[in-house]
Amino acid sequence: MLLPAGFLFLFYGCFTMFKIDSNLFDIGRMDTLATGDTPLHHLDPRAKLITTLVFIVAVVSFGKYEVSAMIPFFIFPLVQIAYGDLPLTYLLRKVMIVSPFAIFVGIFNPLLDREILFHFGSIGISGGWVSYLSILMRFTLTVMAALTLIALTGFNTVCLALEKLAVPKPFVVQLLFLYRYIFVLTDEAARLMRARSLRVFESKGMGFKPFASMVGHLLLRTLDRAQRIHLAMCCRGFEGHIPILRPMRFGIREVIYVAAWTMVFTLLRFYNLPMKLGLFITGLFT
Amino acid sequence: MHMADALISPAVGGAIWAATAGLIAYSSKKVTEGLDDSKVPLMGVLGAFIFAAQMINFTIPATGSSGHLGGGMILAILLGPSAAFLTIASVLTVQALFFADGGLLALGCNIFNLGFWPCFVAYPFIFKRIVNGQSSQGRIFAGAMLASVAALQLGAFSVVLQTLFSGISELPFATFVLMMQPIHLAIGVVEGFVTAAVVGFVWKARPEIVTPASHPAPIDRAALRPVLIGLLTCAVITGAAFSWFASANPDGLEWSMFKTSGHEELENRDGIHASLRDLQEKTAFLPDYGFKADGEEPEGEAESPPSWPAVDAGTSVAGLVGGALTLFMAVLIGLILKRRGNNAK
Repeated sequence: MLLPAGFLFLFYGCFTMFKIDSNLFDIGRMDTLATGDTPLHHLDPRAKLITTLVFIVAVVSFGKYEVSAMIPFFIFPLVQIAYGDLPLTYLLRKVMIVSPFAIFVGIFNPLLDREILFHFGSIGISGGWVSYLSILMRFTLTVMAALTLIALTGFNTVCLALEKLAVPKPFVVQLLFLYRYIFVLTDEAARLMRARSLRVFESKGMGFKPFASMVGHLLLRTLDRAQRIHLAMCCRGFEGHIPILRPMRFGIREVIYVAAWTMVFTLLRFYNLPMKLGLFITGLFT
Repeated sequence: MHMADALISPAVGGAIWAATAGLIAYSSKKVTEGLDDSKVPLMGVLGAFIFAAQMINFTIPATGSSGHLGGGMILAILLGPSAAFLTIASVLTVQALFFADGGLLALGCNIFNLGFWPCFVAYPFIFKRIVNGQSSQGRIFAGAMLASVAALQLGAFSVVLQTLFSGISELPFATFVLMMQPIHLAIGVVEGFVTAAVVGFVWKARPEIVTPASHPAPIDRAALRPVLIGLLTCAVITGAAFSWFASANPDGLEWSMFKTSGHEELENRDGIHASLRDLQEKTAFLPDYGFKADGEEPEGEAESPPSWPAVDAGTSVAGLVGGALTLFMAVLIGLILKRRGNNAK
């Protein structure tokens, strides 16, 4: 049991280490999507944020063997994607490549929980597979919800919503700053990498010493940059927080949006619609 | 090591979120009180630095794999606990929103696991004690290495506990701990090397950046308080969450014993609600379910409540059929909306 588990985890570790570069290119794409012009894009970000959180809590509150009752919840991300004019295949691909921790931990459920829960034809389905399916379902639903939120809203606007929802100001300022400088600094890192790769003849991996000095230099440049930014901001009258002028209005549309979705989620959480439908259909065939 | 929404229960996720929100509020207050404007852009840019530095990989000798900077410890050393905690939290928030690393409910756990331990425990109690105001290459190395390893061990252990209390994963405590801790020991050692090397480099080039942060400032009570409060909250909350979970479900061992004792199959057949029974008896288009109640079974037993977990064959098949149909309908609604949207343009 332990040995295959260890290998799986090692594989997982390698996997996560490689993905960071490709991830960064996606941020730009997500921001482009957020500039869309649909009614959902214009909705107050607080409404979207709250609804997404309600959705996630509703989904993860299901029991661990629940599968069928979760399926109707796909309606939320799918409607958002359709109404928000988002590219479904792109988002699905993103769901597939995100951090697979849940998938790796969950895969042990079928190995450990082999009790047969029910029979499908002559094949016995074990509890582990049912709960693993349930984990995959939660994973897809929650990830899709988070991705559609950001694709419909954009990061800066989510930050504004956070500020209005009483998240401490220094943290919001920190988020805005971080987001602003990710692009600048990743460009800087990419330049360093390019310069190095032009000077080494074979595409050998980097040794530890050059790595340390490269990251160290990047850090020194970063610190200098922070100092310059601070001086420039002082010149413009910075006093610890970023004032935001964009007006936000939580109007009747927002209230309806939040209330309607919350009602739908509550309904779906307590009534297993697929089960009722399935019973009805199987009833018809008899 | 990112925790995921799919693995946590609302009770655990919400509880840890509460602790994390408290720590964010506390750190924000601390940073504002610090009165040092220059820290604001510094924090932002250093957060971005973590992203940039992760693009640069080195080869780990003899393994063929590659490593990069994780970053928690380096931020704590350069910024001090509160500012570093906010920076780590912001980095994880961006990752959660854009890369869906974990998810929004699990974000609380992730910030706690990867932020609290390095900033409020490993940095003040290990790195600061070892460096103790007399920076030298050796002390920086020892401090960074031990602090990184400790922070990652504690973080990995938190992941195990959170997963365990949520009860979604089937992994037993011992197996999970034996997997997570050694792997994170390896990751911690790599992280320690990287942190030590980068901090050492900066210290050689610009000693004033590293030294002020590691002055032998007395471990004041104010610094100790958030640690204690955080730990206490965590203990109370996990205790509460655990009892809640324990009362809702029998524990894994009990359950597997119950199941292997053979009662389960019998009761599965009996546990069908009487109202569904007629329907299921008639259902014949997949004859081999084995959920038809045998004729000789006494009526009384058929009334017994469904065994835990209440999944039986009849409802499962109905679930499959209904689920497939619902999914189909959801996709259909999506497609129709999409088409309408396109026509409207």
